[in-house]
Amino acid sequence: MKETDAITVWHWMSDREDAFEELASRFEQETGTKVHFELYAPSEAYAQRVKASAQTHTLPDVYGVLGEKRDFASFINSGYVLDLTPELGAGENGAWKDSLFARALAVNEFLPGNEYGVKPGIYGVPLDVMTIQMVYNQSLYEKAGLDPKRPPETWQEFIAHCRVLKEKGIPRFVSGFGEIWMIDALASNFAMNIMGEDKVFATYRGEVPYTDPDWVKVLALFKEMTDEGVFVDGAVTMVNKTAEQTFANERAAYAFNGSWCINVYKGMNPSLKYGAILPPKVTPANPMRIWGGAGSSFVVNAQSPRKDKAVKFLRWLTSDKTQAFLAEKTENLPSNKNSLSQITPVLAQFADDMDNSTHPNVYPVHEKPAVTEAFDKGIQSILIGEKTPEAVAEEVQRIKEKEQKKS
Amino acid sequence: MNFQKIRNLLGNYVFILPAALLFFTFSLYPFFKVFELSVTSWDGISPVEAKVGLANFKDLIFDNPVFWLSMRNACFVTFLALTVQNLLALFLALICDRDIKGGNVYRVIFYLPPVLSGIVVGLIWNWIYDGSYGLLNHFLAFIGLGDLSRAWLSDGKTALLSVAVIHMWKGFGWGFVILLAGLQSIPRELYEAARVDGASSWIVFKNITAPLMIPVFILVSILTILGTMQIFDIIIATTGGGPGYHTEVPITRIVSTMIGTGQFGYACAMGVVFGLILLAISMIQIRVSKMMRQV
Repeated sequence: MKETDAITVWHWMSDREDAFEELASRFEQETGTKVHFELYAPSEAYAQRVKASAQTHTLPDVYGVLGEKRDFASFINSGYVLDLTPELGAGENGAWKDSLFARALAVNEFLPGNEYGVKPGIYGVPLDVMTIQMVYNQSLYEKAGLDPKRPPETWQEFIAHCRVLKEKGIPRFVSGFGEIWMIDALASNFAMNIMGEDKVFATYRGEVPYTDPDWVKVLALFKEMTDEGVFVDGAVTMVNKTAEQTFANERAAYAFNGSWCINVYKGMNPSLKYGAILPPKVTPANPMRIWGGAGSSFVVNAQSPRKDKAVKFLRWLTSDKTQAFLAEKTENLPSNKNSLSQITPVLAQFADDMDNSTHPNVYPVHEKPAVTEAFDKGIQSILIGEKTPEAVAEEVQRIKEKEQKKS
Repeated sequence: MNFQKIRNLLGNYVFILPAALLFFTFSLYPFFKVFELSVTSWDGISPVEAKVGLANFKDLIFDNPVFWLSMRNACFVTFLALTVQNLLALFLALICDRDIKGGNVYRVIFYLPPVLSGIVVGLIWNWIYDGSYGLLNHFLAFIGLGDLSRAWLSDGKTALLSVAVIHMWKGFGWGFVILLAGLQSIPRELYEAARVDGASSWIVFKNITAPLMIPVFILVSILTILGTMQIFDIIIATTGGGPGYHTEVPITRIVSTMIGTGQFGYACAMGVVFGLILLAISMIQIRVSKMMRQV
């Protein structure tokens, strides 16, 4: 086997390096094709490396695009990503895509008439799926005299439980709100619940102002949580890794985190007793939609001379057997539906909520980054008691109007 | 020109060629490329760099209050570093300039913080400033000032000052070393003559130490300004620019514009404007220092 026939894969997933090496070895044994996994971490450094390599046409055969949908679109429009639609539609035992979660595939899909001008199709293969939701500590619930099997489902219950926890001196809610995308995730969950998806998208299109009472209501939830002393000290500038340590060390009863946390908590505190729940519903009028879908995805370099082999490798990587191995080794939700039987009970709780998931990458319309930043930073200002929800709403609307004028 | 002369001349150029190539590739080319990109709307990925003229600069200067807020934050930290940090460095350098017991140990201790990574320093201070389990709050409670306890880095009123304290703690060692070297270069005979004439310590400092140290003060203040205005790693390791925009500085804005929102061209324009401001500050400072020397 010539070394030039080997497939090179770039990734950023340091927690899965051993599993990937094992898979590379298995793939070589089965097919005779060598696979080199190259790790570039942390993810910010990886993202920069991929962008720099695109400029010098030195991208590997298989890689992942980190960032928002517009970044993915830019890679595709620049000719760096192979359209996998024909391959995903083919297969010996039914179409390849039929074995994968549709929501995970949707993250890698561009629909007709998409705002980025990308040719409709599926451009990436999900390696795993994830949801971002809430977790609660069952031991702390018991300690507070609350029923560990009855976590809060509604906003009223959540606030009531927080008050009980507060009385018992148990810190309540932690999240890495120093990373503003986490604020964005939680706020958009509440927004989808309060006003429904259509109104959220109408806001992004500029048809509904951020000063609308429903948006003020979303912001007011953060004010209420602040007034109730729900958040642990310092959560507003905390990075998620610290928030994960805080929850794993039982210094908070709730956390807002992604399904990847299972592996993280297991490493930090193997005896931690917790469960996954949806964020509390503010109203029964609309479903609570959480962020979810593809966790990590790989794409094939359209300029690679080994693209056929690369596609074959991705097909193997997402097969029932390989996905079951990955799920077991890395405690991540498999992207292959047929491998779900192998997962742990907590992971199954995250998987149960996959039906409620959505993701900015599947939205039909996207908010301008400057507006999103103003919204998230505005929530930080509410959390430190500096601004009112109304003031933040007006400020965000002002930025929105400015950005609309620009475009 | 004979053959020998040409050969010698070419020989000289051949010797500087590797250094020149490295300089052009890694210093000059990126420098000019930033200017070129600053007039584009490049997203950092696409091979096409659409020209937008001076639109990025216009928006930045007239319609980006957050960038100017970040400049104000950086100026606040710089002001504290120029005054508090450098006065502390001078005070410690004056003490160590005397033949005190264990002087070398102090020098090593004072020089330790600057050699630590900014990220590591940030993580250590995160723990000190922690609202629930932080050392500072425990200390305040111990001395009966528990009412002052707070999450120092998450409170809009204290976040920037807290970050400034970390920066000063990490940075005073540089000033200390340079100032100490300057103090030790002053001839001892001048001090001895002043003492014989009955001059007090303050008179000695005012009339001998301070005038002879002016070039060193200038050097330290230029390095302080340039170093502090570009503060980044400590902020990333502590507040990430938050809460809100309370600890945003120009470099965090440039990075978030470049990576967070994919506006490479705009971020380059920010870099150009920020670079020009630093250049202007340095030139003013050099000009003032020349005037001071003449006085």
